[in-house]
Amino acid sequence: MKQFLEGADAIARTVALCRPGVISAYPITPQTHIVENLADLIAQRKLQCQFVNVESEHSAASCVLGASAAGVRAYTSTSSQGLLLMAEVLFNIAGMRLPVVLCCVNRSVSAPINIWNDQQDIMAVRDAGMVQLFAESVQESCDLHLQAFKIGEDPDIMLPVVVNIDGFTLSHGFEAVEFPEQSAVDVFLPAYRAPYKLDVNNPMTLGPLCGPEYYLEQRYAIQETLNREVMAKVQKVADEFTAAFGRKAFGLLEEYRMEDAETVLLSFGSLCGTLKEAADALRAKGRKVGVVRLVTYRPFPKEALVRALAKAKDVLVFEKCISLGADGPVYTEVTSALYGAGAKVAVNGYVCGLGGRDVALDEILAAVDARERVSAKFMNVKQENLGSFI
Amino acid sequence: MIDEKILFAPGHTACAGCGQSLAARLVIDASGKNTIVGNNTGCLEVFSTGYPYSSWRVPFIHSLFENTGAVMSGVEAALRHLGAKEGINLIAQAGDGGFGDIGLQAFSGLWERGQDILTICYDNEAYMNTGIQRSGLTPIGSRTTTTPVGPNAAAGNVRSSFSFKKNLVDIALAHRCVYVATASVHVPLDLQRRVKEAHKMKGPKFLHILCPCPLGWQSDVSLTAEIGRLAVETGIWPLVEYKNGELVNVKKFKELKPVEEYLKLQRRYNHLFQGEAGAQALEAWRAVVQENVKRFGLLEPTAQA
Repeated sequence: MKQFLEGADAIARTVALCRPGVISAYPITPQTHIVENLADLIAQRKLQCQFVNVESEHSAASCVLGASAAGVRAYTSTSSQGLLLMAEVLFNIAGMRLPVVLCCVNRSVSAPINIWNDQQDIMAVRDAGMVQLFAESVQESCDLHLQAFKIGEDPDIMLPVVVNIDGFTLSHGFEAVEFPEQSAVDVFLPAYRAPYKLDVNNPMTLGPLCGPEYYLEQRYAIQETLNREVMAKVQKVADEFTAAFGRKAFGLLEEYRMEDAETVLLSFGSLCGTLKEAADALRAKGRKVGVVRLVTYRPFPKEALVRALAKAKDVLVFEKCISLGADGPVYTEVTSALYGAGAKVAVNGYVCGLGGRDVALDEILAAVDARERVSAKFMNVKQENLGSFI
Repeated sequence: MIDEKILFAPGHTACAGCGQSLAARLVIDASGKNTIVGNNTGCLEVFSTGYPYSSWRVPFIHSLFENTGAVMSGVEAALRHLGAKEGINLIAQAGDGGFGDIGLQAFSGLWERGQDILTICYDNEAYMNTGIQRSGLTPIGSRTTTTPVGPNAAAGNVRSSFSFKKNLVDIALAHRCVYVATASVHVPLDLQRRVKEAHKMKGPKFLHILCPCPLGWQSDVSLTAEIGRLAVETGIWPLVEYKNGELVNVKKFKELKPVEEYLKLQRRYNHLFQGEAGAQALEAWRAVVQENVKRFGLLEPTAQA
């Protein structure tokens, strides 16, 4: 039976179904509703879990690091500045090969301070060694949480997994959501069995000093795990999810109306809803337009992307983030994948929606019609707002 | 007898005469094998865990410079979740910079939440691992690489090199830690007794250990214990013990030795024995001792009194 719920509420209920043993978090908008709901589930004895109220996001990430090192399933959630404050710890969690799951409720970064949605926060830690997933809907936000623990905790993987959801759009938006039975979740996601942990009966040193002789291989191992094991496992877990719960899980990426598409709109997260509307509108006029939605951003699904775009003539990348002084990070990676594979395709890059600026259907349609050659074009820049620094 | 379980194996790369390695071994041997140790970045972690070796014969975790308070909070929560906390001692430890400066926030959180962990500051009074830079626990007039001595030292460094030493004992007491004590490496049995006392109590505990550092203090490697003894016997480093906020034990003396006896063994204080600024610094040291005498009653009452 479907329940009509706020995104954060639905995610909290899903996390509870995953039976984490330790949750630690620090308040930040728009993440707070997730952990408030989890704290309440614990208070109501619906979830048996230790909730550690810490004094910063740095400590929230460190706390779940410690819990995971002690062999317990651990979860945290944050946004924006909180994620940036965690940055040092996130690299550390990945380097220590601990399968923490983190929900990043994507929000802009200061300055100016702004609490609304874009995806600049997560891009700042894209190189940390974490698996990165992006949800389009509230339902998918929930479904990716179920998959995230299963991917990260695989003994061949042992890496942190981030489920990215767009702030407010998905965290505060209401949607009719389907929940699996606890018994089905327990089969899909059995209890976590740590291959190594802090154990007085088998003492080991975690986080040692590692000199030039050994360090490089540790980083190489993460790269290999992401590009081989995770790339395969993400798709396998998605298929298992679809089989277990009867709902489509996409794994690496989703292709929408791509059968003969020559023009492809490419993005990730909730913006893809608008892109699909644009594709529908253009298809209605006889244009061959499709959408590719990245569900997995790390590892970056190069091969799947090149396959999906094999027949494309124009690709338009829309992203709510920018590597200031360069191009949008996803634009850069899409062009790298395509041109590296020798594809003869034009790729245009658009930066949109920063700080919660609405991205309208008409703007997408106008970009398709413009047939320009751009790499980091800011959409909807209001000239009257330029000229003064806030 | 000193506990000779040797849970901290020899062969590590600490400097000769290192007070911290001595203290760390005394702590873990007093704690026993059912102990999990978390350690901030610093000398101790560096000289004891160079991969593929480790001196730790108990589970040990190092994550970052400032987060072991939070990491061990997570370990404690995990053990509670598993119902496995009973009988396990938890230690979250750091140097003076890792504890009192960059790591203080995470320790404050651990203490305030009342988590059942012994927190330990191994205090060698500067950032020794990075090459002797001043920390918030560097005492009055100490020469470090970021508080050098020179004609303009007073003008340039008056705030940094002549400021008081951050009082972690008071900070711990303000958090209502159930056990708060100081210790010194020159009295190993007393140090181990304090560790055991701490583990007996449920809740957040704090042990502040003065660890002479021949490299940073520019002292003879054979004098580590002696310098520790003089720190106590001059009244500079009082040995005190609080339980549930009450001062229950103070090491007292019939008379205190002059501060110069302690300071003169360390070349980081050479400059205090010349010039007006040096004389002022020595006065400041004596004032610290007087404050300790008054606060802790360091002097035993004489027979006549």
